[in-house]
Amino acid sequence: MGILEVKGVGKRFGGLQALGDVNLSVQENTVHAIIGPNGAGKSTLLNCLVGKLIPDTGSVMFNGNSVLGRKPHEINQMGISRVFQTPEIFGDLTVMENMMIPCFAKRDGSFRLHAVEKMENERDLIAKAEAMLDDVGMLEKRDMIASSMSRGDKRRLEIAMCLVQEPKLLLLDEPTAGMARADTNNTIALLKEIKEKRDITIAIIEHDMHVVFSLADRITVLAQGTPLVEDTPDNIKGNPKVKEAYLGETQQV
Amino acid sequence: MLGLNKKDTTFLLIVIALTIATPIILQPFAEGSELAQFNGGYPDLMQKIAIFGIFAVGFNILFGLTGYLSFGHAAFLGIGSYAAVWMMKLLTMNVIPAILLAMIVSGLFAAAIGYVSLRRSGIYFSILTLAFAQMSYKMAYSVLTPLTNGETGLQLSLDDPRILDGAMEGTSLPVTNIFGIAMNSSYKLEALGRVFTFNVGFYFCALIAIIAFYVAIRLFRSPFGMMLRAVKSNQQRMTYTGLDPKPYTLAAFVISGMYAGLAGGLLAAMDPLAGADRMLWTASGEVVIMTILGGAGTLMGPVLGAGVIKYLENIFSKINETVLHGWFHWLPDGIEDVVIWVFARFTGEGWHLTLGVTFMLVVTFLPGGLVEGLKRISTRIKHGSQKRDKYDDPDPEHRPEASKHVA
Repeated sequence: MGILEVKGVGKRFGGLQALGDVNLSVQENTVHAIIGPNGAGKSTLLNCLVGKLIPDTGSVMFNGNSVLGRKPHEINQMGISRVFQTPEIFGDLTVMENMMIPCFAKRDGSFRLHAVEKMENERDLIAKAEAMLDDVGMLEKRDMIASSMSRGDKRRLEIAMCLVQEPKLLLLDEPTAGMARADTNNTIALLKEIKEKRDITIAIIEHDMHVVFSLADRITVLAQGTPLVEDTPDNIKGNPKVKEAYLGETQQV
Repeated sequence: MLGLNKKDTTFLLIVIALTIATPIILQPFAEGSELAQFNGGYPDLMQKIAIFGIFAVGFNILFGLTGYLSFGHAAFLGIGSYAAVWMMKLLTMNVIPAILLAMIVSGLFAAAIGYVSLRRSGIYFSILTLAFAQMSYKMAYSVLTPLTNGETGLQLSLDDPRILDGAMEGTSLPVTNIFGIAMNSSYKLEALGRVFTFNVGFYFCALIAIIAFYVAIRLFRSPFGMMLRAVKSNQQRMTYTGLDPKPYTLAAFVISGMYAGLAGGLLAAMDPLAGADRMLWTASGEVVIMTILGGAGTLMGPVLGAGVIKYLENIFSKINETVLHGWFHWLPDGIEDVVIWVFARFTGEGWHLTLGVTFMLVVTFLPGGLVEGLKRISTRIKHGSQKRDKYDDPDPEHRPEASKHVA
């Protein structure tokens, strides 16, 4: 039994069957990659996991509880954090404030009227946020306005914001999309380090094969809304069905 | 002090000092001089500045922090006034219960209106709040006439019960007071050829305004204030961080509604009269203009905006053609008429034109409002007047850094 169990999930947009019959099991403390050509339904699947979309059929169980019908913030409180394709951070706030918000969310739940408390009295949370920033090598940028940073730094901050909540499952939606090679490599190194040091399960959607093969323990290939094959990276590399789905028969990987 | 850091404490102390000295600061010109027209140190204007300062500070908690632009905040001002006048009719002329009831009632209304309006954001939210305010305005004139006394407005009358005050003596209406000290009593001081008026009502409003301002500072600096800025910055990230933006925005809406109710209650405490005009959409627009003119999202901005607008409204609308004749009588006849005609467009009834031009200039050249203007002046003074842009500033953070190795 995996930490995330997707059974028979289907989603239709008008005449388009975006997801057919998706079954997926993500095991605890592994990195599970979901790949597939454009329009395969990767993002639809992800949105079904985090509560942005509700699937028409099937079930999604996380840690033994159903996530269906719950709102995104409730699903986050269950222990699923999401990293977006374009970094979603609080651009007008400082890096440190960006880190404090998830700390408050983790400790106080989805709403608390802490209007009379003072920021500087939250020493535990500040220490936690600073330690996390230090871990990702951004401590010296703590007072910068988040929107003024480079794309790579924004991504790094977003990942740190997710990690400081100590999620059980981290969902990454094309974390290196549109990044320079150096930033991509930095992100891969950061994710590898996270995988080694922390008790965390990672599900990653990615186009970049370099990223997928350097990180994943298991890979699911999605094509036209249904899983084509699920296997280890080495077996996926040689699988003719995958080559066909991606490149057509005649070309070489 | 009081849970503020050093910078905020200094800031608050300066605000307190300025508020206490307002009757002197607003009376810079000698009595009888040509410029005495521009003296603003009379109780009615000073009270209005303090009251609308409170209104704008509260509005800024919603608009400045969360970015939700309410276009119906005057409804809460009006509701606060009605509640306060009812308290004075039924219970006592002491203003304390009146403004407390004003805050409670407007807070309840804000919770109901906010709950519905906050289901939408952006322009739809603004339109919903506007609709609710216009609805309140129309209802005050029609179905709610027993409560609001319709077009006449809610007023005191001699046969009101006023349970706590006991039997009425005499035939004149009672005046509002605080534990027996009448709101309209003043102490006049003549010095340096000027008359300074120290008015009980103004100092009461000023005290409340300082408390309201202090609460706003604490709110801005609290984790709750940070969450409100997060709402403005990125609601998507907020949701996926496990936070529900709705109760945060609703709380901000109710708090700012209560500020508006407090301001409405104070208006009634200064002059025990409540009319539906206070809920008209132009009144809602006025607080938006005050906040943007002063600087939305800043602490001092709304107060500054409220001060400038109320000053312009009261001073410029007083200047009529007779006054202008007095100023320009030394010009040759033909030219005098032309000059007076031009000035008359901007004064008296035309003071809105002055306000419009000021607003346009500020929004165009100082997008951050008057507060940004003050900041620019202070940097000029510190760094000299050479032409500067953002690229001249030393920027140690922003150089191409060697990409860091993750360890």
